Amino acid sequence: MFKKVAIVAAGVFLLTSAQMTSAQSARDYISIVGSSTVYPFATVVAEQFGKTTDYKTPKIESTGSGGGYKLFCAGVGVEHPDITNASRRIKDTELEQCKANGVQDVVEVKIGYDGIVFANSKKAEPMNISRKDLFLALAKDVPDPNGGEKTISNPYKTWKDVNASLPDKKIEVLGPPPTSGTRDAFVEMVMEEGGNSFDWIKALSKSDSAKYKGICHTIREDGAYIEAGENDNLIVQKLDANPDAFGIFGFSFLDQNTDKIQGVPIDGVEPTFDVIADGSYPVSRSLYCYVKKAHVDVIPGMKEYLDEFTSEAAWGPDGYLLDKGMIPMPDAERKKFGADVKDLKILESVE
Amino acid sequence: MNRKIETESDVVIFPKKTMDIVKRGLARRYRSERRFKFLGLSAIVASLVFLTLLFTSIIGNGYTAFWQTFIRLDIFFDPHILTENNLSRANYPGLVKSSLHSLFPDVSGRKNLRALDGLVSKGAAFELRKMVLNDPELIGTTQSIWLTADDDLDMLVKGHIDRSVPEIARRISDLQLSWIDTLSDQGRIRKQFNTGFFTNGDSREPELAGIRGAAVGSFYTLIVTLLLSFPIGVASAVYLEEFAPKNRLTDIIEVNINNLAAVPSIVFGLLGLAVFLNFAGLPRSAPVVGGLVLTLMTLPTIIISGRAALKSVPPSIREGALGIGASKTQMVMHHVFPLALPGMLTGTIIGMAQALGETAPLLMIGMVAFIVDVPGGFTDPSTVLPVQIFLWADSPERAFVERTSAAIIVLLGFLIVMNATAVFLRKRFERRW
Repeated sequence: MFKKVAIVAAGVFLLTSAQMTSAQSARDYISIVGSSTVYPFATVVAEQFGKTTDYKTPKIESTGSGGGYKLFCAGVGVEHPDITNASRRIKDTELEQCKANGVQDVVEVKIGYDGIVFANSKKAEPMNISRKDLFLALAKDVPDPNGGEKTISNPYKTWKDVNASLPDKKIEVLGPPPTSGTRDAFVEMVMEEGGNSFDWIKALSKSDSAKYKGICHTIREDGAYIEAGENDNLIVQKLDANPDAFGIFGFSFLDQNTDKIQGVPIDGVEPTFDVIADGSYPVSRSLYCYVKKAHVDVIPGMKEYLDEFTSEAAWGPDGYLLDKGMIPMPDAERKKFGADVKDLKILESVE
Repeated sequence: MNRKIETESDVVIFPKKTMDIVKRGLARRYRSERRFKFLGLSAIVASLVFLTLLFTSIIGNGYTAFWQTFIRLDIFFDPHILTENNLSRANYPGLVKSSLHSLFPDVSGRKNLRALDGLVSKGAAFELRKMVLNDPELIGTTQSIWLTADDDLDMLVKGHIDRSVPEIARRISDLQLSWIDTLSDQGRIRKQFNTGFFTNGDSREPELAGIRGAAVGSFYTLIVTLLLSFPIGVASAVYLEEFAPKNRLTDIIEVNINNLAAVPSIVFGLLGLAVFLNFAGLPRSAPVVGGLVLTLMTLPTIIISGRAALKSVPPSIREGALGIGASKTQMVMHHVFPLALPGMLTGTIIGMAQALGETAPLLMIGMVAFIVDVPGGFTDPSTVLPVQIFLWADSPERAFVERTSAAIIVLLGFLIVMNATAVFLRKRFERRW
């Protein structure tokens, strides 16, 4: 009896795998991977596309920007994803990796902007902060306050220690872990800029870039910065419960929770929709998606999906992506990238 | 003589001494027993308290998701918009909008009209499309239809949005509030049972999101797991327990099986990625791969419980069968195995329940993904219930909070049913000797 069962099970298994190989050779849905920041926007487009056309709804995995490039560049063929989303531009090394694996033609599409906000509970007093303050409050090693070109382990316990005009409250910041694209962007746009406010650190970026990165990219680990995981909703809930704490996350979470939390103005600019869109908010980044040209005519619906994404109804200044918190590009940029998508313009190199 | 007296006195004195020792220790022993009972009881009370806290918080957060706010609109199925050849692509959102605009003719300006249109879910247009495609007779008529409301309106009606906070800090503007109040006074807003939650796939619009896609994905995944892990697990248990020689090799196998039962599940995911996806070339995100990975994970549980069930069958049954001339295979198949089956089934169901709640190994094989279409087979991209919970918990929209809890309630319901079946099977069919 067991023999029979075993034989039947093996038979079923073989049959399904045979059926799968055939299913594999003709994938009829788009497979998308990549950034968790772009995920909420790409999914809305995918859903809209699936409901308004006869094509199947694309499958979207949230793998992070780096993980997305790795999967995307693994090769050409239906078992590899067609599109990857990213919250940073592709690196030269990644593009070379792509080409080494036979992914010769990659189309770059910039889709919009996202702001990174530094926010706290509405119950707390509003305050204003500069990137220099943030650097001093969050770096592992900070310049010696007694002067000189050396660093000491971060001695600051309260915001007042950092800058006398700030409140006398313990430094407590909830933010993303090092694996997160939000963390990369925060380090690049806030910590580096904050570090650059010291002339000798700025000089290091030319002379000794390893040391420069060591100073600017290392966040303190003595409990003042709390890694809160990738779940931004959790950070929002914790801020609501603890008015003394601050959080770092994407603008869309601030946009959805304006009754509970407020954005802290950075260098005097409050994170609102308009200032992120016009580029005057200092901590905003571009969002991208990369398309495998070789798949465009193989996988049904790719052109139509890209058309949907780049339609004014989606990424335009009144589009539905705006409702989800994505900040649209100015008209000229939209026009340029829209045209690039139409012509499937290939990305030759990253300068 | 002397001796006898001695023994006599011993007989008298010795028990007295023993009783003294016993009595002296008695109070202490009772105390320690009471202490032990108390510790045991408080452990149970503590776990019950945590369980109650968990259940109250989940049910308290989630029960509202089983109701959904609807708006009644008078839709005129305009024959100019719905022409013969574009029924599936007609401007259905336009029908909803013109009906809304006719209710509030004073509203003008792009921004205000947009805010007004925002009261009704984007899914409403698709509801109309489905109605028209099912029944083209509707064209040209005016129907009063309950349409799904937007998630912000839903949150307001359910009391998750506070009217007293300043307008800037609210997702719903004062103007929208006044429209909602007007609609409410006209009896055009009501809450009804949220069937969409059980019949829809995932969506980025909370009011349209449902668990059907994930539940079907879980079903396919578990079918594959059951079909593979039950026969393999039972066959290995029977062989190891009844037929295998006891030597160093089987000892090593046994140690390995016990070890595998304790391996973190993500490791099985990595294995699945390397073997099933990269080597065997199976598709990503498919229930069949998920089922294979979960099979690896549940096999040790099934084998261990299967062997325990076989061990509990008394040797007299085996000897009796062999004694009247049955072969070893006949002895196992006709006598031992049927008696051990209920125990094996219990182990299998518990293993399945474990597999149902697993997310980590599925992350590696691409089942943590946004999938709208309900999977139709073992190779369609799909996700599973715990993954759906994880994805919703990470979504920014406020309305997903209650949906996350509601999905947890559904998952807990499945788990309770499965575990209760295991208990029932054990009670019903188990034999004691």
